[in-house]
Amino acid sequence: MAPPAAQRSGTNRRAQFGVFAGYLLASAGAALGALLLVVSLLRPEAFAGLRTMASDVTSSVGEAGAAGRVGTSNFFDAIAGYYEAGSKNAQMQEEIAIARVKLAEARALEQENEQLKAVLGLAQDEREPVAIARLIGSTSVSTRRFAYLSAGRDDGVKVGMPVTSPMGLVGRVLEVGRTSSRVLLLTDSESIVPVRRATDNVVAFAEGRADGSLRLRLISLGVNPLEIGDVFVTSGSGGMFRPGVAVAMVTQLNDDGAIARLLSNPAATDVVIVEPVWQPEALKMLESPPAGPTAQSIEEVAAELPEPPAVSRPAPTSTDARTVASSPGE
Amino acid sequence: MMEKLNPTARRDLFGSKINRDHSPAFVYGVPWLSIVLASLVPMLPVLAPAPVVPPLSFMFLLGWRLLRPGLLPLWAGFPLGLIDDLLSGQPLGSSVLLFSLTLIALDLFELRFPWRGFWQDWIVASVLITLFLLFSAMLSGAKLDLLHFWLLAPQLLLSVLLFPIIVGAVTVLDRLRLLRVRRID
Repeated sequence: MAPPAAQRSGTNRRAQFGVFAGYLLASAGAALGALLLVVSLLRPEAFAGLRTMASDVTSSVGEAGAAGRVGTSNFFDAIAGYYEAGSKNAQMQEEIAIARVKLAEARALEQENEQLKAVLGLAQDEREPVAIARLIGSTSVSTRRFAYLSAGRDDGVKVGMPVTSPMGLVGRVLEVGRTSSRVLLLTDSESIVPVRRATDNVVAFAEGRADGSLRLRLISLGVNPLEIGDVFVTSGSGGMFRPGVAVAMVTQLNDDGAIARLLSNPAATDVVIVEPVWQPEALKMLESPPAGPTAQSIEEVAAELPEPPAVSRPAPTSTDARTVASSPGE
Repeated sequence: MMEKLNPTARRDLFGSKINRDHSPAFVYGVPWLSIVLASLVPMLPVLAPAPVVPPLSFMFLLGWRLLRPGLLPLWAGFPLGLIDDLLSGQPLGSSVLLFSLTLIALDLFELRFPWRGFWQDWIVASVLITLFLLFSAMLSGAKLDLLHFWLLAPQLLLSVLLFPIIVGAVTVLDRLRLLRVRRID
């Protein structure tokens, strides 16, 4: 379709000026966009307030649909299911066989655990969940994997809290609004979770991959001890996630670890639980900048030290320093 | 009597011609509203494991721009891109930049090819959608590897195939836009 005559400026000064101003404004918009982009790439949390305001406003719309989401995901699954029914069936049978063994193992472990805890006199670590909410939607257009949660500051949700479902870990809270919040899913490429094998202490990092699976990177190098069907749980290191939450199952081995399938598929979870941060103190310590001691902290430490003896001692010689330095290793 | 002579004398596609006129709120509001509503796709109850849903707001923008040149001002990329960025999960500014550049590019393209057909529009839209998805992925701040670009292929294919349907939706909305609902007193 041809542009309307008004688009063509011809010799009309006024129209020419209008076209020029239009280009000027559009270029200014593009430049402003580039500027915003640079700022938000350098500081991803920069516009969190604006974003959470938008999600607060729109989440009420999304929440209405969230109740029916399990049905919707089944609709998509149903279409996909026709294409991979056979292989999926075989895969599931294999998984059931593995799961039976695992179940027996888990029962034995549970029993042993109870006994050991009784011996130590430990109470079961029962934590009250912060909130129980629905996952409203996700960034299904973008390459990033965020989900929107129907609980926010009003429900006590804070940044960094882990989000779990009965099947396992889902992600962690990234930005909090008044009535909604944004969750970084485990499958986002920026998400890293410290995990360990459920049966022993093989530790690894679970990184998100673009296609909805996780990549397990073993921390200790050497012969890859993983096998297909191994289940990984959170290790608790880092202090954010409570240890022992199921994360993923190995589906494919590679050089330095494995590719694993997420155990709690967010699309199939209806209601999720927001848990408190496991070790807030440890997390705070990790998040503080690893800079040298500040003047204030030196004073604090100095105040806690016992008074130095009045007699001045000679400075330690180099041999003294060496023996002191090597003594903890021996 | 008049009706027998000319059936469109009193009514046409957009309603009664007598004592009714187009409403400015509809004429200018419907395109903006439809693009903003398409930006709310992340609030749909779909939790996708990978990028699968076509960039609907961008496709509606293309549809309106190609079907009704001059209806959206050249600076519309800034506000529409900003609204899209607030929910899309992209870093704020990526859609602002890409929407603005798209509108400028389409305006320049139109100077060169003022008369176009369906196929030309589809090819132009396909090229722009491809560029939009590629640049969105590159500007998303995710750690990119080859797998990301392979995963864009299904989304891209779906988007290109969906574009004529989006154009169909835009024509239906265009009819709604031009309904004569305002009473002339």
